[in-house]
Amino acid sequence: MERLHALRAEERKLKQRTLIALMMAVALLGAACKSKPPVIEPPAASGETVISAANPNAQSSGVATVNAGTGTSSPGALGPDGPLGSQRVIYFDFDSSDIRNEYVDVIAAHGRFLAGNASVRVRLEGHTDERGSREYNIGLGERRAQTVRRALALQGVQESQITTVSYGEERPAAAGSDENAYSKNRRVEIVYIN
Amino acid sequence: MKLMMHKTLWALLLPAAALLSLPVRADLKIDITRGVTDPVPVAVVPFARAVPADGGLDIAGVVQSDLASSGRFRGIDRAAMPSQPTRSGEVDAAAWRAQRADYVVVGRVVAESGGKVQLQFELVNVLTGQVLLNDTVSSPQAAVRNGAHRVADRIFEKITGIRGAFSTRIAYISVDGSPPNQRYQLLVADADGENWRPAMQSTQPIMSPAWSADGEWLAYVSFENRVAAVFVQRVRTGERRQVSARVGVNGAPAFSPDGRRLALTLSGSTGNLDIYVLDLNTQKLLRITDDPSIDTEPAWSPDGQTLYFTSDRGGAPQIYAAAPQAGARARRITFGATYVARPRVSPDGKMLAVVTQDGSGFHVGVVDLASGQITALSRGTLDESPSFAPNGAVLIYAGRDRGQGVLATVSTDGTISTRLKSDQGEVREPVWGPFAQ
Repeated sequence: MERLHALRAEERKLKQRTLIALMMAVALLGAACKSKPPVIEPPAASGETVISAANPNAQSSGVATVNAGTGTSSPGALGPDGPLGSQRVIYFDFDSSDIRNEYVDVIAAHGRFLAGNASVRVRLEGHTDERGSREYNIGLGERRAQTVRRALALQGVQESQITTVSYGEERPAAAGSDENAYSKNRRVEIVYIN
Repeated sequence: MKLMMHKTLWALLLPAAALLSLPVRADLKIDITRGVTDPVPVAVVPFARAVPADGGLDIAGVVQSDLASSGRFRGIDRAAMPSQPTRSGEVDAAAWRAQRADYVVVGRVVAESGGKVQLQFELVNVLTGQVLLNDTVSSPQAAVRNGAHRVADRIFEKITGIRGAFSTRIAYISVDGSPPNQRYQLLVADADGENWRPAMQSTQPIMSPAWSADGEWLAYVSFENRVAAVFVQRVRTGERRQVSARVGVNGAPAFSPDGRRLALTLSGSTGNLDIYVLDLNTQKLLRITDDPSIDTEPAWSPDGQTLYFTSDRGGAPQIYAAAPQAGARARRITFGATYVARPRVSPDGKMLAVVTQDGSGFHVGVVDLASGQITALSRGTLDESPSFAPNGAVLIYAGRDRGQGVLATVSTDGTISTRLKSDQGEVREPVWGPFAQ
């Protein structure tokens, strides 16, 4: 299977990059404080731009919490003001469940945090754009959620910490039948559930 | 229905719908977007009334609207009628020919004991003067609209040779509100969109409704518990049962023709979607496919011997077929199109309705199983979810119009299209119910 090979290659790549991932995550988030936020949309109304601008210090301390892996589920990291709060959506290319390079570090940051906080659990919600049949899109959304799950597992996150659900095209983040909306709808949302 | 479910297993919960008040009346209205070039002119004369047993319903109006909605007939305005006879003996054929009518329908509502009414009607060919049909439909007073649809069914069949499906029902999903705060409803309506009522409401997605062959049950997928689960619900009472809420995907339910089994899609924790068959009495689960690709959207052949389904095992979605047995070997059905998905089998088992993609977008179409020929029938760019009318002559499907989900129909020969206009917000996933038994 072409797609499966692609996934395994992606995982190998992830493995190799485990070490630098965290450093890059810090750099990425640091950059977000200084200038524009990364091109990641929050799932709902929580204004990512405002947060970055208003409370850059909270982000720095949040990264430190993740980095330390202290075993506490710090609200600073998980809350809307923390780095994991502002980067909970992974976007995908059309008809693809491959993780884009720009999200490797984001997923690595979540993975480190979860690996260091075994009592914290996430639900990975897979979504697609509206094109194609609905149940087939449930399959595509599940495939995306599974890709993120495997990437998190490579960071040492336990199976018991992760559940997946695919909504296919049933819960779009953006209305509309154009690429602008589609690109926002092809996604996996990382939802912290405790 | 032979489902014989254990009463103890029934959740005693009626869906939320039953407890909520009905929203304001909002119907689907049928517009002909493409009809035959020379529709047959038929005059449906107002029926002699039985007051108050007929409930004030304009029987002839319903019959004429049904016939016209097929795209094969056009009505005659009442103002242009030379007279308003109620028996064939009173029909002056020459006067009707002068109004360019080919057929005249006359009839009478007669009150019966026990809260029933009889709809007595005659169909006259005014070109020959022959009475083609002299028939009676008996109906409870409360269901006189359905009785009128059955009158239209018989007239339609007499003239076209195709069994009428006006007295059948459709189910579909409506969605209102904007993401992420939306309300999802599973609605059941007469085939003309009238007389609708919610079977289920939720703030979380509802999808993939499917009728049982006897029209007593609907299966569907609900995300009401933030995970996918398959339910079966008795349409008349609203009682329902959760039949599958396994880890991962629980989707695409399809009743076997005998109603005892449910084909569905499960993924397990690894996310590998495969086709399964669940025995609704014993809960025994049979795995039909075992392939790392996405296998989903199973549909039964009318004889129950074959499951057609979508799989991307060859790279892109195509239709495959397998016997409903563990470890069955799958054979590919569709070739020559880049994307073919979501099969539904025609009542005679000879055709599949599918979603297919070409350079201009996604259309609904049919696959002739004997020749393998794939024919796109709809002209939208995001058309999906085709479902056969029980007479096999028409598909109902969902499309998009100005950013809104709409329902439409197309005849399986592609000559007639209609649009069901709705003010129910987004409407999607129509499924045409069976003939009444």
